[in-house]
Amino acid sequence: MTSRDRAWLLARRGSVVTAVALLGLVAVYVRALFFTPIERFQGPAQKIFYIHAPSAWVALLSFAVTGLLSVLYLWLKDRRLDLGAAASAEIGVAFSVVMLTTGPLWGKPIWGTWWTWDARLTSTLFIFLLFVGYLVLRGALSDPEVRARYSAVLGILAIPLVIFIHVTVYLFRTLHPDPVVLKPEAPSLPGEMLVTLLFSLAVFTLLYAGFLTQRYALAVLRELEDQEAADAVS
Amino acid sequence: MGEGARAVWAIAAKDLAIEWRTKTAFVSALAFAVLVLAVLYFARDPTAVASLDVAPGALWVTFSFAAMLGLNRAFLLEQENRALDGVLLSGVPRPAVFLGKMLANLVFVGAVELVSVPLFILFYDVPLWHRVPELLGVTAMATLSFVAVGTLLSAMAVRTRFAELMLPLLLLPFLVPPVVGAVQVTARILAQRPLSEVAGWLKLLAAFDIVFLFLAIFLFEATLEE
Repeated sequence: MTSRDRAWLLARRGSVVTAVALLGLVAVYVRALFFTPIERFQGPAQKIFYIHAPSAWVALLSFAVTGLLSVLYLWLKDRRLDLGAAASAEIGVAFSVVMLTTGPLWGKPIWGTWWTWDARLTSTLFIFLLFVGYLVLRGALSDPEVRARYSAVLGILAIPLVIFIHVTVYLFRTLHPDPVVLKPEAPSLPGEMLVTLLFSLAVFTLLYAGFLTQRYALAVLRELEDQEAADAVS
Repeated sequence: MGEGARAVWAIAAKDLAIEWRTKTAFVSALAFAVLVLAVLYFARDPTAVASLDVAPGALWVTFSFAAMLGLNRAFLLEQENRALDGVLLSGVPRPAVFLGKMLANLVFVGAVELVSVPLFILFYDVPLWHRVPELLGVTAMATLSFVAVGTLLSAMAVRTRFAELMLPLLLLPFLVPPVVGAVQVTARILAQRPLSEVAGWLKLLAAFDIVFLFLAIFLFEATLEE
């Protein structure tokens, strides 16, 4: 089997996983909307939580995967690790956008404000911005080897930075408490809601796995094409 | 002086000598700093917000923007005639190359800051003359980490298609912790409060310096040609 066939097979497997996950997503919507009780204080607005929290989880997961693969790339210098890191970062951007749009939609009726500079909100906003910077940097470099090294450097630097931003904002707020009491959703969830949330988390993680596999296979295929084109010229 | 320290100094001295002969970057960064300080003075409602309230923020926005101008220049110099290849061929250890470039940047940014501080005190009329040492101390702490990261990122940014835009895009997120910390400490200094009140922020600045200085030295190798 050629490497092209292997990449195609991987892409096909990825699309199967994605298809299953998308069906699961439909089930999440149905369960969240019709078979999960309405929260007493927040009303129907709370339903967005079943999309928002799993998106945030996937955004954080892809961020961590990009960071980890960046460390491994600089260590092992295997091109596949770089392609994986980039694929994860792209998915991270998509889920960050979901997280950053569903959050304010819920925040306006519940907190009374679209946005607040809370530690979690700020650090996730910067995760999104760092992802964007990461992808812009990749786009601005044409040599694949240089691109891999440079983006790995940024991927590694981003991890401690986000931790520092989180601590900074936390410290900032404890020194200057906000007059509005803003608490994240209650940590203790009633059984049925918890089941919906856990189900949604599983579906979103599966969706991530499907996207990642497909995107990675696509990157491998594109690379093979580039190589063939280069070989044809020379 | 050890072999490594001599190499660091030689590289820093080379960059500073280039800058000293033309002074273009220094003069423009300084003029830029004065401009930002002046513009930010007017970027408020004078009947509602006292200049003292915006002063710490204005100072740190000025410092970080002015520093960014200087940082872009550091590796641009090395692009011409592939000068960096020559430096690397000289057999100087890579961490020493990084520390040399960083030292030159620190001197450059530090000089801009040193001239901006008195201007800031005059423009914003802050009663600060006797607390200048503390202000310079926190300035040094915040500057160290962002110059370290900035030097590393500028080594990468110069190789990209739109270098002038790339550096701020990549570097600004790294300014959040040091600038927030520095603004907090500066505000306490301006309010004539003791530094012990901001011990947490000073620890944060120190931790940020240590983590990113080591990471930058360690990762610099990966930004160079094999």
